[in-house]
Formats: sequence, structure tokens, C-alpha cells
Amino acid sequence: MSEPAIHDADPTHLAEAAADATAVSAAAADTTAAIAGLTSAASIPVVGGDLQSAAAARGPLAMAATGLGRDYKLGRGVILHAVRDVNFGLYKGAVVALVGESGSGKSTVARLLAGQERPTAGTIALDGNVIDVRSTRAFRRYKSQVQLVFQDPFSSLNPTHTVGYHLTRPVKLHQSGVKDVDGAVTALLEQVRLVPAAQFVPKYPHELSGGQRQRVAFARALAAQPTVLLADEPVSMLDVSIRLEMLNLLDDLRSRLSLALLYITHDIASARYFADEVLVMYGGQIVERGPAEEVTQRPAHPYTQLLIASAPDPDNLGSVLKSTSAAGSVAARTTAASTGGPAAVGCAFSPRCPLAVDKCRKDTPALELLTPMRAAACWRLDVAASNN
Amino acid sequence: MKPILEMDNLSVAYRSDGGDVRAVEQVNLTLHAGEVVGLCGESGSGKSTLAYGATRLLRPPALVTGGSVRYYGRRITQGGDPADILTLSKRELHALRWREIAIVFQSAMNALNPVLRVQDQILDAIRAHLRISGGEAREKAATLLDLVGIPRARLRSYPHELSGGMRQRVMIAMALAADPEVVIMDEPTTALDVVVQRDILAQIVELKETLGFAILFITHDLSLLLELADRIAVMYAGRLLETGSAAELMRDPAHPYTRGLLNSFPSLRGPRRELVGIPGSPPDLRDPGPGCPFAPRCNYALPSCSEVDMTLARVVGTPGPEHLTACPVLNKQGVLS
Repeated sequence: MSEPAIHDADPTHLAEAAADATAVSAAAADTTAAIAGLTSAASIPVVGGDLQSAAAARGPLAMAATGLGRDYKLGRGVILHAVRDVNFGLYKGAVVALVGESGSGKSTVARLLAGQERPTAGTIALDGNVIDVRSTRAFRRYKSQVQLVFQDPFSSLNPTHTVGYHLTRPVKLHQSGVKDVDGAVTALLEQVRLVPAAQFVPKYPHELSGGQRQRVAFARALAAQPTVLLADEPVSMLDVSIRLEMLNLLDDLRSRLSLALLYITHDIASARYFADEVLVMYGGQIVERGPAEEVTQRPAHPYTQLLIASAPDPDNLGSVLKSTSAAGSVAARTTAASTGGPAAVGCAFSPRCPLAVDKCRKDTPALELLTPMRAAACWRLDVAASNN
Repeated sequence: MKPILEMDNLSVAYRSDGGDVRAVEQVNLTLHAGEVVGLCGESGSGKSTLAYGATRLLRPPALVTGGSVRYYGRRITQGGDPADILTLSKRELHALRWREIAIVFQSAMNALNPVLRVQDQILDAIRAHLRISGGEAREKAATLLDLVGIPRARLRSYPHELSGGMRQRVMIAMALAADPEVVIMDEPTTALDVVVQRDILAQIVELKETLGFAILFITHDLSLLLELADRIAVMYAGRLLETGSAAELMRDPAHPYTRGLLNSFPSLRGPRRELVGIPGSPPDLRDPGPGCPFAPRCNYALPSCSEVDMTLARVVGTPGPEHLTACPVLNKQGVLS
């Protein structure tokens, strides 16, 4: 993967965090950073007050992203803001869903959290410690604590290696004290319900179904005994009939192992059932956030409303699709403009938004507190509210 | 309604050293003029094989092992007998493809040639199947893009300059180049996100209304078909398990597999339902065993299920003549109970 050099030229954001830390003794620095990390994510300052995360009720804070940003230089002075000022916390035993369409920046957030790319702004803290990429040992520990599961189980496993090989390696790397490696591999396979485990160890990926492969991918992530699991569209390549089983398995692992889970998806319906808190991303920013049931049942932001109106609705037989004249739907009204990308100036969603006015095209709205656990970034929230 | 494409007892097998993989087994499916039929099944259920078998697009080791496919299009029959697709000569097939039956292929987004402009690719298709002058062909290409809502200027674009949704629209435009009577769409929106998916589906329905073609829509997403299709056929392990209108399937699913599918997807609207899903995995098609292929995963299975002959029977107690199920267990109990 090509790595734009922008962070090499300007690592000040990390240097600042680290410089604060080195001013005092190491132990004290840890505490300072810990407090900074905790306060910044347990309550996130937005317009109108501090936002409490709906996921915080489940357990203690595991990971916090503060002011996270990632720019890519496209050349000729053009900069793509893939992620802008993203704040959220992941809590042990809780699921936070990151919802958005392709290109919204949700996978970039996952790569930043996984340490595969460096943020160009903001900090990431794990268990209160701000990550410092210059400390190889600490960064390595961070990488084993935070595991990423990819979307496509057909290409994320090596076709020339067996299931056993895929799991033995991380066990040896990350569980250095373990003597009985085979036993650990068996335990992992049983954890993801690939039983009898002995039958799966010698198999190659092509001998497994899509669902079984994704289970192997989960087991491989769990081999590092992580506290945070980042799942990037873990079920979207699987058949509908298998998806539910997969999500149930993830949910079971989350509660048994107290995993802090980030569930990235474009399927907002699954987020309703599976997540505690939903973050809706558009154009690199969080445009709405709150408890899953509230966001999906009473969406405040016009983009969230569009996402929900676009989801297939089996209960609505003979819907917009059958009577194309039903111009009342949000989807129908935005069709003409939907090929346009996010705007660089003003609200990113303004080119597609049916409610946009001049202010939306000039000024970028900030997240505004709606209830203690909900916020949305929109100038026209009062008008949008009447759509519910 | 007049039938336009009729598959009768169609069977397709893939020859392999370990024995035949019976991908499609004695399927009866009729597409009527101007109708949207949804064919739904998980990967490996044979839904694509069925469509490609019916249009003679399969290559060895795939082999149509039985049955017939009749096409009733006006231009081919000219008031006479329907064409038997499985016995057509190469020349007759060439006349049938694209002009009569067009296909929007799976992962069509990647089916465009990356080094050719969109215009040249559309013109290729037009020139191969229609006898018109260069000027007319270029005008036709522009009209086709108008039809799917892409600005004409995009004719000069290369595929990588278009978004995924636009590439998909180009593929649909190409399929409509020769004004076909049947369009087969194989997972046309699977790689797209929900907003774009909905735009494209709405557009497909609109085009169908204005141009009057019939659609065979293949997908693994039943929730999509419930909104889109006039009739739905549920396929599993090469067999049709249930057919019926969207409303019939939604309200009175008459096969345990359909019930399982309906319980598998989370809904956005209404109260939260208990989701159950379908545990287990589909059978090995080399040796599916006797009787109902779904029995090993079925909650309603009885010992007698290994003797079920899998013919579709009319569902007891429903008014619709087209609501058929292959499950005698549920049908005997009465689905409405």
C-alpha cells in the first residue's frame, strides 16, 4: 500500500503529546495521559454541552480517539481530508457501530486505530496511554492489543497455508508464554465454534465456506488476545442467511471476552440490532451519533434519514420501487444529485441534501447536543426533525 | 399474462472426477411479459447456473442434462411456435442474445474494459447486434446514457473515471442497447452501497415500465426482492423450494427455508424482532442424498423428509394459484395456522 508522506513531514501532533509526557517522570506521564484520554472520551465536548457515549454503560473505557484526522496529499496542492476531527471512545464489552457509505472514511478510521496508518491530527489512547509510534516495543504491544478483521474472508487468508498455520503463527508471536501451542489453536477454533477443531486444523481456505473462513479470521484476531477488535464490514461478503450467525458469534465473543468492538458497516439495520452506539459518518466526519435504537428510529440528520429511507424495507410491499411516482421519499428527491461527492466547503452533505440552504454551503456545522447521549451536525435540524 | 421465457424441468450438472455436481435439478420457472421475477438463493444454490444454462452461456464442464427452455418473443416466433433455446443453431443464438435476451452480469462494475472509452464499448455492443450506420450508432449510445441518467459527455470517459454506481448504469444501458424483451440481472447491485443501490433499482423499475421488458432478478438478498419483484422463486441446493408473490412469501412463507431467510435479516422499521437465522451449511451437491436437501438444517424435518420428491405443490388454503411450495410438512399443517 502506498503511504502518503504527509505525516513524516509533520508529526507534530504526536510529538506534542509525547513532549508533554517526557517533561515529567514516566509514571506521572502515564497518569496525565490516562486522565487526558479518559476525560476526552468519557464525555465529548460538543456544541451545547458534553456528550455521554451510549456504549459507556457497558464497561470501562478501552480506547479513545480524540480529534482524529487523516489527510492525503493528492498532488498539485490538493488535499483530501479522509477523516476530520473524529472523537469517540470504545468501551469494554460494548459495540460501537461506524456507519456510512463507501468513501465516507470509515475504513480509514479503522486503519488509523489499527496502527496501519498514522493520523495527521489527533491522538489515539489505549487504556489511557497515548500511542507513540516511536517506541517500537510499546507500539508492538499496542498492535497486539488492537486487532483488525477484514471484510473479505476470500482474500484475507493465504490460500497456500492451512488453518492451523494461520493460527499457530499469531499464538507463537503474541502468546509467548504458551507451551501447548496446539492446545491454544484448538481452544481458538472452539471459541469461534469450528468444531471438531481437529478436523479444521489441516484444511486449506479453499476447502472452507465463506462463513467458516470468516470464523478463521476471527480466531486469528483472537489469537493475539486483544482488548479491542475492529471489524471492518465483517459480514457484508457473506450470504444473508449466514450473516446473522456471524453477528451472533461476534456478540457472544464480545460479552465473554469483554472485547471493545468497533463494528464498521454500511448496513444500518444490522447496527440497530447489534450496536450500543451508532456513529454515522459522511465525508470524513461524524454527522450524527447516539444510542442505536434512537438513531435508527428517529434519525436527526438528513443523511441518516436518507440512509434509512434507502435500506430495503420488506414490510413495505409495493414501495417506492413499485410506484416510482412516490416523490415524497428522501431517496427519490436526492436521486439527481446523488452522483456528486462530498463538498469541500460548508456541510459535506449539502450538495445532496434536500434541505440545504446557503448557510449549509458556506459554513461547516459542528456536532450539537440533542439529548445527553445524542448529537448531530446540521444547520437544519429543526426542519429535518419534521421528517420523522 | 403471456409467458415470455419458460424453463421446463431444466437440469444442469458440472462434470467432475468426483461425480456430477448437480447444480440445477428439474427447475420449472416461467417469466411473463413485463414481469419482475426474483430468483433468490445463497451462493452455490445454482441461481446463476440456472440463468446461464437457460441462455446457453455455460461452457464445459457444465452441461444441460435435461429439460427445455422456450422463448416466446414476438420477433423470433412471428406468431408461430416458440423458439426452443436449447436446440438453436449458433446463428440463431446470435440473433437471440442481446436483441431478445440481455444479461447484466455479476460484478458488472468490473466487466468494463479499463483501456477503452465508455463510448467505444457501447458502440461495440451496438455494432455487433444492430445493423445501423456509425452516426446512428453514436446517437444511440448517447440516448442510452440519457436513459440511465448519465450525462452524454461521459461517453468520452474511461471506466476508472466513473463511480461504481455510474459503471453499473453503463452496464444496464448496454444491456438495453437492442431493446430486449428479457433482461437477466445477476446481482446487479450487490457491490454498491444502499443509497446508490436504491437509486439504481428505482431506475430499473422505471425503465421496465417505459420499455416493457421482463426482468429475471438474481440476488441473495430476499429483503430486496420483497420490495422489487412481482413474483419470487426461492432456490436452495439446485432446487426451487417455494414460489409466490412477494406478499404471499412475506405473510405466509410456506417453506421452512423461506421462514428462516425472513427471520435472518434485521429490520429497520417496527419493533425489534427476535432474529433466528439458519444454522448449518448447504449440502454437498455431488451427493445431496435423497429427499429434501434442506432437511438437515430444518426445524420442521420429519423422517419422511428423505422421501419427499420435491415437486412444487399449490399451498393449501391460500387464494393465489401461483403460491407453490416443495414442503409437504408445512403444507399439510396449513401455513396459515
